[in-house]
Amino acid sequence: MTAARRQLHLAAHFPGVNSTTVWADPRSRSQIDFSSFEHLARTAERGLFDFFFLAEGLRLREHRGLIHDLDVVGRPESITVLNALAAVTDRLGLAATVNTTFNEPYELARRLASLDHLSGGRAAWNVVTSSDAFTGENFRRGGHLDRADRYTRAAEFVRTARGLWDSWPPDGTPRRFARHGRHFTVEGEFTVPRSPQGHPVVIQAGDSDEGREFAASTADVVFSRHTAPEAARAFYADVKARLARHGRARDELRIMPGASVVIGDTDAEAQEKAAEIRLQQVSPQNAILALELVWGRDLSSYDPDGPLPAVDPAPCPDPDSGPVRGRVRVADPLAVAAEWRALSEAKGLSIRQTVVETSGRQSFIGTPAGVAAALDTYVRTEAADGFVLVPHLTPGGLDDFVDRVVPLLQERGAFRTSYAGTTLRSHLGLAEPVWEG
Amino acid sequence: MPATRPLHLAVALDGPAQYDPAYYVALARLAERGALDFVTLGDCFARPGLDALAVLARVAPATERIGLVPTVTTTHTEPFHVSTAVATLDWVSRGRAGWAIGISTTEAEASLFGRRPAAPADALWREAGEVADVVARLWDSWEDDAEIRDTSTGRFIDRGKLHHVDFRGGTFSVRGPSTVPRPPQGRPVVVVDGTAGVCREPAARYADVVLVRAGAPEQAAALREDIRRRAAAHGRDPDTLRVLVALAVDLGVGEAAPEPGLAAGPPLAGGGPHFSGGPVELAQLIAEWHSCGAVDGFRLAPIAPHRDLERIVNGTVALLQHRSLFRTFHPGGTLREHLGLARPASRYAPTTRTPASTQAGGAV
Ligand SMILES: Cc1cc2nc3c(=O)[nH]c(=O)nc-3n(C[C@H](O)[C@H](O)[C@H](O)COP(=O)(O)O)c2cc1C
Repeated sequence: MTAARRQLHLAAHFPGVNSTTVWADPRSRSQIDFSSFEHLARTAERGLFDFFFLAEGLRLREHRGLIHDLDVVGRPESITVLNALAAVTDRLGLAATVNTTFNEPYELARRLASLDHLSGGRAAWNVVTSSDAFTGENFRRGGHLDRADRYTRAAEFVRTARGLWDSWPPDGTPRRFARHGRHFTVEGEFTVPRSPQGHPVVIQAGDSDEGREFAASTADVVFSRHTAPEAARAFYADVKARLARHGRARDELRIMPGASVVIGDTDAEAQEKAAEIRLQQVSPQNAILALELVWGRDLSSYDPDGPLPAVDPAPCPDPDSGPVRGRVRVADPLAVAAEWRALSEAKGLSIRQTVVETSGRQSFIGTPAGVAAALDTYVRTEAADGFVLVPHLTPGGLDDFVDRVVPLLQERGAFRTSYAGTTLRSHLGLAEPVWEG
Repeated sequence: MPATRPLHLAVALDGPAQYDPAYYVALARLAERGALDFVTLGDCFARPGLDALAVLARVAPATERIGLVPTVTTTHTEPFHVSTAVATLDWVSRGRAGWAIGISTTEAEASLFGRRPAAPADALWREAGEVADVVARLWDSWEDDAEIRDTSTGRFIDRGKLHHVDFRGGTFSVRGPSTVPRPPQGRPVVVVDGTAGVCREPAARYADVVLVRAGAPEQAAALREDIRRRAAAHGRDPDTLRVLVALAVDLGVGEAAPEPGLAAGPPLAGGGPHFSGGPVELAQLIAEWHSCGAVDGFRLAPIAPHRDLERIVNGTVALLQHRSLFRTFHPGGTLREHLGLARPASRYAPTTRTPASTQAGGAV
């Protein structure tokens, strides 16, 4: 019985600028040298992944008014790294996270179209909308956009970029482009011909109602944060259901949660490794930091091995104030704090132990066969179309996965055994956009 | 002893728009074979072609030694993005990046952004100077040894070695620090075309390499002196500047036995004089202008990139090498090393660790 098997899509996230990267591990190498990027990209291509993914942050985060120094800090600029990686890979998609609030559509459309040409049709753009005034202090436009405005600007930004990409007919001379919108007025001729995959692939990563609607109307791929099976299935159903309203079919959008994997020769060994990694990720200092992200207060005087604070979290989560600037605080701090208290009391957990328990980031832990089966199950039961794997080590964090799990996924018929095409769209099974000149 | 100053040679990869990276890789490798200091690639938002910095980032891993200098405009871009992109080009090329500062004066470019009207060149060069200033501060904003990976305290970086730049210019402000650690060269090499009067000042103040256009060695020498004098007035050591003559070259007529030498010729990219003749005559001209101390070198712009570059490398450069007037290999790894320019210390590093001579950029 060989009904077409739903195929898994895989992407590799370069670790860094987060508290999941274990930089103190002796196997950990540079976060900035090109050799690290090259290693992970070549590994992902050896594993026949769809794409390589780079995150973005446009201002260094601050903690109690000082630059945050506990996590990996500092990374190169995404599009430039990806252009260089295009020289050392052949098929791997190359995805850059680039903010719409602090860029202009003409310039960014041109940079992305250039990447698409220079990589032979492998470019992708993760459209993010972060817009706080904290980040704005590095840019001409400065300022702040509220959530609704951020997404209208983002939507108009993407429409404008696509219009520019379409202003050069598949085989013809460029046409004059003109758009007078609420956020942008762009007139003139685009300098780059239609790129090898029509348009770069558009990825979206926001989670709010506006974010999901934007994904359903606009994106080719969603990078989601929902990996727990029920939450993942609910998110998947919700976003896929929104597509019809925008005249789109269910398979015109791929949903790929961020996931981490820990493998061992036995389940017990994998669990043990996972626990060790959690302790490295949640150092005593990082435990207090995680707490401050919920409480929105300075908790530096608390003992990480002691109980949770008796005080309630500060009421208004405002990304521009509070002790941790440049990070997204949780949406409902009171509810989260109540949940953490209940857990801590029930199990007698310290602050650090509570954070370890609640911020579990290892989505798949087990033997290679067990992990392969679990990933496959997610895809077959419509919890995901694939995964963005977030390793905790730079740059060798996906070596084991590619050597030991990918062959098993291939044996199950759940994953490709060679790239069918040369463009990222072909890997994702997405059609080239119809030219709309 | 002007005659013993090393000769510097660079080449422009400009020409009709190309969209296949193989084209640029082949040219850059050819230039690298000639041991040239660097290649440049111009850019303009309103003319067919790819983003120049993107092209040279694509070229970086396909080459090993040659310097890579894209034009990036300061007019419709964000200074913060310019600083991170050029710093990243330096990271991916392991210290071979430069930045040719450009401005965008036309209405055609302004209307692609719809954010500000076209402005006169002098105002835009004033802004470009401020951008050059803040970009260099952002490159310096991480001291070299800011990454500490101190497992005993859990700190990845020493935040005392990261600095807000708090820059306020006429049209923008930047808080900083950069999101990119300090690039391998400390500061990538800044190139300014100092041909027009309005850019002479920012060139003398911020550039490591200044391009000039001249029809005779005396004229080149006078321009070079002028730039060095202005640099000194800004407190710089003039020996930390390289002045190159930008010369368009047409080596395609050699077979037809033309009059060798500088000709007014048809107007070429950027205008100014251009050379037409054979590779041997070009070598002659370079040797003469250089040996009398008029220039530090040349940035040649071939009018037919592939053909002329081939002749420059296999003819002109080979001859200069044969006469021991030009190096036969790159002795160092970075563009600064090719140019004989010291790696600057971060301006934010405590001066106790930085002798004043290094701060001013004394030669290595
Ligand atoms: C999985 C995931 C990855 C993200 N990565 C980035 C990033 O690299 N840079 C960034 O500025 N924002 C990033 N974001 C933030 C989102 O783009 C968005 O700004 C944020 O989630 C707030 O939007 P929302 O209210 O719709 O969730 C990410 C979000 C998610 C869910």
